[in-house]
Amino acid sequence: MAKKSTKDRLNNEVNAGSMADIAFLLLIFFLVTTTIVEDKGVLVQLPPWSEDEPDITKLKTRNVFSVLVNANNELLVRGEPTDIMDLRENCKEFIMNPLRLDNLAENPKKAIVSMKNDRGTKYKAYLEVYNEVKAAYGELRDEEAQKRYGKDYEYCSKTEKRAIRSDIPLVISESEPSDFGAEN
Amino acid sequence: MSKFKKKRGKASPEVSTASLPDIIFMLLFFFMVVTVMRDSEKKVDVVTPQATELSKLEKKSLVNYIYIGRPVEKFQATYGTKPRIQLGDKFATEKDIPLFLERHRSKVPENQRGAIKTSLRVDQDVTMGIVADVKTALRKAGQLLLNYSAKPRPE
Repeated sequence: MAKKSTKDRLNNEVNAGSMADIAFLLLIFFLVTTTIVEDKGVLVQLPPWSEDEPDITKLKTRNVFSVLVNANNELLVRGEPTDIMDLRENCKEFIMNPLRLDNLAENPKKAIVSMKNDRGTKYKAYLEVYNEVKAAYGELRDEEAQKRYGKDYEYCSKTEKRAIRSDIPLVISESEPSDFGAEN
Repeated sequence: MSKFKKKRGKASPEVSTASLPDIIFMLLFFFMVVTVMRDSEKKVDVVTPQATELSKLEKKSLVNYIYIGRPVEKFQATYGTKPRIQLGDKFATEKDIPLFLERHRSKVPENQRGAIKTSLRVDQDVTMGIVADVKTALRKAGQLLLNYSAKPRPE
């Protein structure tokens, strides 16, 4: 009798019933620590550092699309107060100059967007303006791609993209902010 | 007759839980794979602004993060409410940026160093002064690829 019982015990397997509990514990740990973050943002290429500021006075005024954002987050586009909603359309018109006006850019290659802001400008306002300018260029490139290749810029091949990029280059120049409205 | 009855009595009506661990393990592995451990404690409050022209940051190992925002409540007693820069897990000034970039750069394989991006996670209510300082520091350090972190704008 006694012998039989030991045999029985030897034949016993490890109890796997608690496996689920252990797995649950780990699962909950990972559930809690997980942060599914997708980092997205506006991509920017900064100009290399040079001691002296670029001199935009050398450029023809007709080729410069100046955007000022002051400490009250108000916009001054080419000397005129503008609403952020109109910025994209204005910018597109300036770059392409469909009516060949002589106060807008000679051609897209020569067009330059110049941005300036105060130290007191809200980051949100600044990014909104940047976003609008980028969107204007994005739409123009899409239109150009549609015209040339019949598809959106996004779906073009590398060489096609390069051709469009060189015809409608995104040139944004940013000057050092003025000290106005700096936070104490 | 009696045989039938016996059988019925024996049959257990419960659902088998033997496969439960397997299911749980599957979930566990899923979460283990998608988990990204947060490597630094958040010391400044950051609510990123909204934008439409967004692009994804692809290689996480090639990205370093600079946070700019007001210190969280816990640190307001010591650091005040003025916007601050957070590098890694500590408060810093723009003078610490070159060293911070260099530290990250040394961990990246040499042939990929040109593709290193800096993600600026800036609070939307911060003023441009501090952001401009950081941008100047980045330009001086030769880090020119930038990403202004933002949320997609609901249409």
